[in-house]
Formats: sequence, structure tokens, C-alpha cells
Amino acid sequence: MARMKFLCDAERCIECNSCVTACKNEHEVPWGINRRRVVTLNDGEPGERSISVACMHCSDAPCMAVCPVDCFYQTSDGIVLHNKDLCIGCGYCFFACPFGAPQYPQSGNFGSRGKMDKCTFCAGGPEEDNSAAEFKKYGRNRIAEGKLPICAEMCSTKALLAGDGDIVSNIYRERIVGRGFGSGAWGWGRAYPAGTSG
Amino acid sequence: MSLRKLFVALFLLAFAFCPLALAQSVRPPDNAVNQSAGERAGVSNTLGSNSQSDYWRNLRGGVRGTVSIPDKNAGVMVQSEGWHWMLVRNGPLKKYGGYALGGVVALLVIFFLLRGSIKVESGLSGVKVLRFGAIARFGHWLNAIAFVALALTGLSLLYGKSVLLPIMGPHAFAALSSGAKFIHNWGAYLFIIGIIWIFLAFVKKNLPAKEDIIWIAKAGGLLTKGVHPPARFFNFGEKFVFWSVVLCGTGVIITGLALLFPFQLDFIPGELPVHKMQFASLWHAILALYLIVVVIGHIYIGTVGIEGSLDGMKTGYVDRNWAREHHSLWLEQLESHSNQKKAAGELAE
Ligand code: SF4
Ligand code: SF4
Repeated sequence: MARMKFLCDAERCIECNSCVTACKNEHEVPWGINRRRVVTLNDGEPGERSISVACMHCSDAPCMAVCPVDCFYQTSDGIVLHNKDLCIGCGYCFFACPFGAPQYPQSGNFGSRGKMDKCTFCAGGPEEDNSAAEFKKYGRNRIAEGKLPICAEMCSTKALLAGDGDIVSNIYRERIVGRGFGSGAWGWGRAYPAGTSG
Repeated sequence: MSLRKLFVALFLLAFAFCPLALAQSVRPPDNAVNQSAGERAGVSNTLGSNSQSDYWRNLRGGVRGTVSIPDKNAGVMVQSEGWHWMLVRNGPLKKYGGYALGGVVALLVIFFLLRGSIKVESGLSGVKVLRFGAIARFGHWLNAIAFVALALTGLSLLYGKSVLLPIMGPHAFAALSSGAKFIHNWGAYLFIIGIIWIFLAFVKKNLPAKEDIIWIAKAGGLLTKGVHPPARFFNFGEKFVFWSVVLCGTGVIITGLALLFPFQLDFIPGELPVHKMQFASLWHAILALYLIVVVIGHIYIGTVGIEGSLDGMKTGYVDRNWAREHHSLWLEQLESHSNQKKAAGELAE
């Protein structure tokens, strides 16, 4: 079975925010929640890079490990999903997640959290596939329709890749070979800085 | 065409991105490749053709970028602290907290088996002495009820997944947990009132005194029959419980308020709100576990441990012989006071 993964190619992402918009629209994500965001590093400076981030569907997911009601589950494709009927909005998954994926609608006074919401890799939740209940809680289930996540499909530069991890990394590897630079070798940035003989 | 020119032409054809071909057709020609090698990298890649491993590695350290969404903290791509927080919470906190809870219960069982319930040695006199007034008792029980509710709901948040969930099943346990969260979030206010109340009611009587040293040296007489070190209104054991509850309780309240109002109250150290929450939640749990251990001991002593102790908090009155054995100095003072009053009364007559 394929292992679903996201990959954002920082050499391609132009911070157009198509992925963010497509996601919000596809799943009718409520106000105040962004399942996906684009982070720009060194904004406006040489070496600026942008990366689109959402839940990465971690293999050894800290959110799953820490949830006190154990409402997460990982599909056979490696997609990390959760059951909003069980979630108590404790915020622990948000404390634990390295990528800041879990978010909460404010429900009630004193900023108390509602049910956690995060990227589902367009794979819905535990409800029946593509049912109204599933759509209301988790958004569309494109995976069940045989489609890939809308963010990657909408990406204007194909920077954001989503799908079978082997295929995604093959595409990326081809790109890297084509670009033929630095290849991320350790220590080169320090030992042979840009502008020297390389 | 010279051989050299032919070579260059072939080279370009094989490797170079051909803008002419693109201009003529929307579809890339068959020989198109993703991107060309060599020089082009230096042009498109402003970081040069060098390694960027430092650049990317720094992201794990919490480098902040910019985002166009309203939550500017989302600009931090990776917060690796979350992983460590999870490891501490699921690891040592849960483990040693469990040992401490199990340990204190085991110790009390052993203590009970060895020493049994410590009776009033000279028997009950039947004469009652007022120990706690209504205001003091109300504060104590308010605090007690809030504490037990908070402790049980808090423990179920930490241990319920391993203990209750397998028995109850996911849905019943989730319902219990959301009820527990509600009780925990609102019970907090009762506890805050209770802590202030007992502080005001008891602080004077809990200041350290020189008898405490003797009391500690004799282990409060708990271990040996017939030994009753002198004590004033509160002995060192009670003072220990009082200051634990007041000081750690305050710590639990501060961290708890920070967790109740995660983005509004800002008195916890940390760069990002999420770091503050991690810090607050760990200390909240550590202090609370310590308090639960202390209070288990307190409940034991106050109920089965020492006969006649509970009466003071229940009715306000204790037996005179109980007071003489456990709080000799207090009783002396009390009776000399009332003797003085009596004497003064007789004189006035
Ligand atoms: S919510 Fe965070 S920790 Fe959980 S799978 Fe997604 S990225 Fe990983
Ligand atoms: S907020 Fe919900 S999903 Fe996240 S850890 Fe708490 S109960 Fe689990």
C-alpha cells in the first residue's frame, strides 16, 4: 500500500497561496482556521524561500501519542485522521505538533477550544465516505473519490506534491538531479561560501 | 561546421532549456528536461550552488518566517519543543507520577498494618473543645471538594487513556473526559476561592515555631506508641500540608489560569504561546501530582490514621484528651485563657 506524503519544493513555491485558498474552499473551512499556510523565509531578501505547510501526516505522530482520549487513527496509507466526536478540545495535540497543524474554533467563553481541526489529506474522517456528516466535520473526501489533495492539484508551479511517497520522492529526485547544485551536502555552506570558487 | 561547433550544438541540444521551442508550441518538446544543469543553478538560485543544510536545519530551531494569514505565530514552521514536551508528558511525568501515587498508597497500607489506627491513648474524655469555627470549616471543605474534583478529573486526563479507556471504550471515555474537562475548568474557580480562604483562616497558626523541631525529631510520635511531642494549634505535619497546599496550590493556579486563557494571560516564560502552554502544562501536572500525594497522606491521617481528628473538621469540636495528646500546648493555652477569663469573671462579680 502506498504511503501518502506531502512535499513542498522550496525552489518552486512562489507564495501564491493557491493551496491555502483551494483548501479553504474545498472543505469550507471555518473562519479563523487555516489547514494549510505558506511560510516565507527571508521575505524580501536574497535567498527568499516559501514553503507551504500543513499537517505532514507523521509516521510516529506526536499528536496521536499525546491525545488523552486517543481520538487519532492512521489509515493504511499513513494518513493521520481524527474523530471529532471523541475530541475534547484539550489542545494537547497542538502543544505536541511540530508543524502547528491542529487548530481550534473558539467555542464558548474564555477562549475555550472547540473540536480540533486539521488537514485530513483530503481524506475526511471516520464517517461514511462522502456523507454529509463527514463533509460537515472534516470536509471533502477526495481520496475516497480516487483523487489527490486539492492543494497539490491546484499548485501553480507544482511545488507542492502530494501522493504516494515513492512517486513524490522520485519526482523530487529528478528535479534535484536536473538542478545539479549543492545537493545539500553537509558543511559546504560553511566551507565553500557562495561567491568563492565554489 | 567545425568539430568544436558541432560539439557545442549537441551539448546545447542535449542539456539546455530551449526557449525557442517553447515559444513555438505550448507543449514541451520531447527532448525537454525539467531544468538544465550547470550554470542555470547559479542564476535562479540566489543562495548559490552551495549546500543549504544550515539554512534548513535552522528551521528545526524555530526560525520565524512570515505568513499572510492573521496568525503571525504560524510563521514559525517547526516547533521541535512539542516533541520533547510529548516525550516528558508521556514518559517521566506519567511514570514517576504513577510511582509516587502508588508509592504513597503502599506506604500508607504498610503504616496502617504496622501501627493501625492511632487511638486516643487515655480514652475519650467526653469533654469537647472547640477547634474549628464555622468559617474555617467551610473554607476547608470548599477547598477539599474542589481539590478532589480537580484531582480526579486531572488524573483521568493523564492516566485515563491507559486505565479507563480500555475498560470503558472510546465513546464512553470521551464523554467522561469532556465532562471531566468541564468540571476541571470550572472547579478551578472554587479551588482559587478555597485556597485564599484557608490561607486567610489558617496562616497565623501555621507560622513555624521552635516546637516544630522537636516534633520533626520525634517524627511526630507517629512511629512510636505513647510518644506525643508537644504542639500548638497545628503541629509540623499539619503545617507541612498547609504550606504545600498554599504554595503549590498557588503554582497550580497560576499555571492553570495560563492554560485556561492561553492567549489572553501572558505571565509564563516562553517565546511562542505554544511554548508557554507546554511549560505551564508540565508544571501544572508536576505540582498537582505532588499535591495529590501530600493530600492522600493528609486524608489518611485525618480519617483512619488518627482517631478523633476528623471530628474537628466535621463538628468543629474535638475531644479534650485528643487535644491533650496531639496539641498539648494549644490546650494549655486555651485552658489558661479560659481560666483567666473565669478568674476575671469571678473578680468582677
Ligand atoms: S497534526 Fe502535526 S504531529 Fe500530527 S500528524 Fe499532523 S503534522 Fe504530525
Ligand atoms: S484537542 Fe482533541 S484531538 Fe487534540 S489531543 Fe485533545 S482530545 Fe485529542
